[in-house]
Formats: sequence, structure tokens, C-alpha cells
Amino acid sequence: MNPLDLARARPGTPFTVTFDGREIEALPGQTVAAALWSAGVTSWRTTRGAGRPRGVFCGIGVCFDCLVTVDGRPGLRACLVPAVPGADIRTQEGTGHDD
Amino acid sequence: MTERPVLAVIGAGPAGLAAALAAAARRVHVVLVDSAAEPGGQFYRQPARRLGARRPQALHHQWRTWERLSEGLVAHLAAGRVTHLSDHHVWCVERESDGRKTTGFTVHALLGPEQERSVAVRADGVLLATGAYEKVLPFPGGTLPGVVTAGGAQAMLKGGLALPGRTAVVAGTGPLLLPVATGLAAAGARVTALVESADPRDVARRARGLAAQPAKLTEAAGYAVRLARHRIPVMARHTVLEAHGRDRLESVAVAALDTEGRAVPGTERRLTCDTLAVGHGLLPHTDLAEGLGCRLDGPAVQVDEEQRTDVPGVWAAGETTGIGGAGLSLAEGHIAGRSAAAHLYGTAPDPGEWAAAARSRTRLRAFFAELDGAYAAPVRWTERLTDATVVCRCEEVTAGAVREAVGALGAGDLRTVKLLTRAGMGWCQGRMCEPGVAGIADCELTPGRRLLARPVPLGVLAAPPEPRRRPGEPTSPR
Repeated sequence: MNPLDLARARPGTPFTVTFDGREIEALPGQTVAAALWSAGVTSWRTTRGAGRPRGVFCGIGVCFDCLVTVDGRPGLRACLVPAVPGADIRTQEGTGHDD
Repeated sequence: MTERPVLAVIGAGPAGLAAALAAAARRVHVVLVDSAAEPGGQFYRQPARRLGARRPQALHHQWRTWERLSEGLVAHLAAGRVTHLSDHHVWCVERESDGRKTTGFTVHALLGPEQERSVAVRADGVLLATGAYEKVLPFPGGTLPGVVTAGGAQAMLKGGLALPGRTAVVAGTGPLLLPVATGLAAAGARVTALVESADPRDVARRARGLAAQPAKLTEAAGYAVRLARHRIPVMARHTVLEAHGRDRLESVAVAALDTEGRAVPGTERRLTCDTLAVGHGLLPHTDLAEGLGCRLDGPAVQVDEEQRTDVPGVWAAGETTGIGGAGLSLAEGHIAGRSAAAHLYGTAPDPGEWAAAARSRTRLRAFFAELDGAYAAPVRWTERLTDATVVCRCEEVTAGAVREAVGALGAGDLRTVKLLTRAGMGWCQGRMCEPGVAGIADCELTPGRRLLARPVPLGVLAAPPEPRRRPGEPTSPR
């Protein structure tokens, strides 16, 4: 069983986004976080202080742990931002402003 | 638009929807302002429309109630009695006054996931149905990717039809762990343990309160069946000591707890997993109420029998007034919507009209008070935190730093710890770390008093006010 079959989902045609340059498949309607999780990726930020990896924590836009850089814009919450075809998703290092 | 009074309902979960339907049915124009793309809130969070889920009810409980709410909303939307502003993140509600009394309210909301532009909507009354968020307690390894909140795992599953991994442990305390564990298992995750720190005997001791709730007993029995069907072992009076892994979660260490809340030596076990969904109950979202100056009762917004706050023109319903589940939220929302409709027309409501909802409210509040006692937060959890354990996830403040602020520097409250350590100063504004800091500092979990409910771009704050629109009509974004 998987979540899509459980909900008998019939999503639109999958599309491609890139994560740190690697192509991954996403479904229309999925957030960046859901697309990354579905591709087996669970971290896409390193912290400003200790440089530790982070990903989704609260899943509802409250904790800001899942910050990610999409198409050059850092500081987006992956759990809120929809994945769109061709999106260039990158690991956000620190604030994402100092590279 | 006619001369109908306008009620802004903030939040489209069970409480907000029940309130919107009740008010709209009584000739009030409702502006339903919600941060999600689809109505439903957290409890009825819907899969993204384009995922084409034909059986979303497989992820949900009490689906018939949702269908009723949803059909009601669709009818009111079609008739123009309700305006639904989705993807609107409310950051402030302003009270307008002529110097003596309140003349109306302006609701400020950021648009879409980018949250860079803002609109303003005027209303004659405001109903806060802002719900709750997860109460997080820190533990060693708790920031590893793969560790998520219980509600977060559920939200990602319901909304995005996604799982964080294949093998999950669900841990913490509280009734939310049951649907999370069975939900993850139904969606294909192998749930190797439900680790609950409460003692089932404490829950049984409160069976008197439970026995008065046949629906809740049936619900509990249903979970027992589903746990068995998915072969999920329940480890009661156990806790997670630590999450292990290098750059992501690889295993968790669990141990039994004695009656004093100490880990029993020799009972420690390692459970291999790539996902840990951890929850310790919920906390009410009260920022907007605090900004309006509403009185709080502990962590929740204080309301009267009609769900009115102490600020005239402001109602509150659902978990912002105290944690109590979807059924209680529906009852409170219904009462609040009726009360608001009457008062906005300058009449006194007849509480007899909502007697059934009031009875249900009384019963469910009593039930959750009992449940809260049984699922009390674990004791002595702070003793298990090493000095290196991260407590404030945003600012990477450790338990050691908080202990130093308390011990060597004499901090005795959240605010002083924050000023000395930066715990609570980051992006989440303390929502994630306050319970942890309060526990370590052994001080009260006082309301955060956040002036703005979300981060707001400076450009939005600096923009000159828009020319006024008619009540209920949003300004153009800026």
C-alpha cells in the first residue's frame, strides 16, 4: 500500500523538478516537501550555526525548519510552496543569502 | 452586496466552518479567511485538488460531518453569502474605534505561499477559529531529519499523500498518536511501535468520564481494532530517550518509565526506523487574540457562554479556546456563529436555540479535561536532556545554554531566557521551543505576546494604507 493508492488518487501527468541539480519526479498539487519526501529526500537545509541538516518538522508552516531555495529564492517553506514543472530546488545553506 | 453586516471568520477548520454556516444562515455576510488552499483546517485537511484523490475519506475520520460542512459551504458560496479567501495568512487584526467604542475591524492577510504581499479586509465583527499547533518537547537527536511532529506526519499524508519513510515509530503522549499511527500504517508505512508515556491505568481510572461518552468509547475501540489489524505494538509507559543517526534518523532508543517518571534501568531498547512522529499534545494559536487585547485563560482565549471574548465584537471558537477535538470545535463554532449573527444585528440571542450544541460543549469539555489529566505531559523529561541537546531549533540554542541562563545568570521566565540565549527569537518566534524552555527553566509557559502572528515583509508594513473598500471586500494586494 502507498498513500496515493489508499486515497485512490488519479493525479495529473507527473513532471520533473531538480533538487541540487538532480532530476526528480513530482506530481501536480504536491508541495516541494511532499515531492522531495516522495523522492526519498528528507533534508534540504543546513543550519546557520552548526551546519546541521534539516527538513520537514511541523508540516504546517509553523516551525520554519523546512526552509529551501527555489529558483534562486531562499527562505521558502517547502511544506507550503507547490512544486511546479522545472523548479530548481536547492539545499539552503544558512540563511541562503551568503553564497 | 446588501446591507448585511460582515463577519470575518479566521480559520476554515471545524470551528470556523461551523461558525461560518451558522452566521451565513442568519443573514450575515461571512468572509472566511484561511491560510490553506482548501477548507478543512488540520482535522479535515484535504489532499491537493490536482492529486485527484477519489477516496480522500480513507485518510479521515467522521467523513459524513465533513461532507455536511462542505456541502453547506458550497451552497453559501454559490448564493454569495460567504466569501472564501483561501491562501490568506492573517498576520494582524486591527480594531478600529471612534475614540469611545469599536466601529469595526481590519483583517490583514499575506497572500499565497510566498507571503510577500498583503491585503486588508474590513468587517463589523471577527470570529477567531485559529486552531492549534503541536506542543514540542526537546530530546537528544530531536532535530535529525526524519523526526517530525505527529501532526506534521499526518498533515503531509493528508495534504500531499506523502510519507517521510518506510519504517516509523510514533511516540509521545496523547490521543493524536492513535490516528497518526494507524493512518501511517494504512498508507503503507511499517509502524514498529506506538510509544506512549501515559499509563493506561490512569486512563482507565478516568473511565467514569469516558463511560459517559459512548461515541468516544466506540472511537477508542475502533483504534484498538486498527492497531491490531496493522500489528502495531503499543508500548505504554515508555518514552523515547534519544534519536540516533548521522545526517538522518536511523534508530530511536526507548525505555520503560517507572511510576516516578524515571527510565527503568535495563529496559532500554533500540528500534530501527527512518521516521519518528512525535507528539505531546497541542497548544492553542492565540496570537491574533492577543494582538486584539483579548483576555487569555492560561494558554487559551477566554470566552463566555456565547463564545464571546472580552473584546466587544470578537468571538473565539474551537481549539484557540482550549484543546478539545473536532466535535467540541463544531459545537463552539455553531454557538459563536449564532451569537455573532444576533449581536451584529443589534439583538440579543436566545441561548435556547443552541441548547443541543451547548450540551455537547459541556460534555466534551468535561471529557477532554479528564483525558488531559490522563495524558499529562511526562515528568522528569528534562533530566534526560544532555547539555548539547538542541532546544530552540531556529537559533540552535542548547539545553546547556538554557540551564546556564537559569542557573548562573538567574533567569526565571521565558522572556529573560530568550534575551540571554536567543531561544525563541528565530523564525518560529518561540512556538516550537517555548514548552521545552519552560520545562528546563522550571517556569510557567506564559503566552508569547507576538505582535504579528507571522513574519511580515518590511515593505508591507511600510506601505501606505489602501483607500477603504466596502466591508468584506479585500483591498488590492501590496
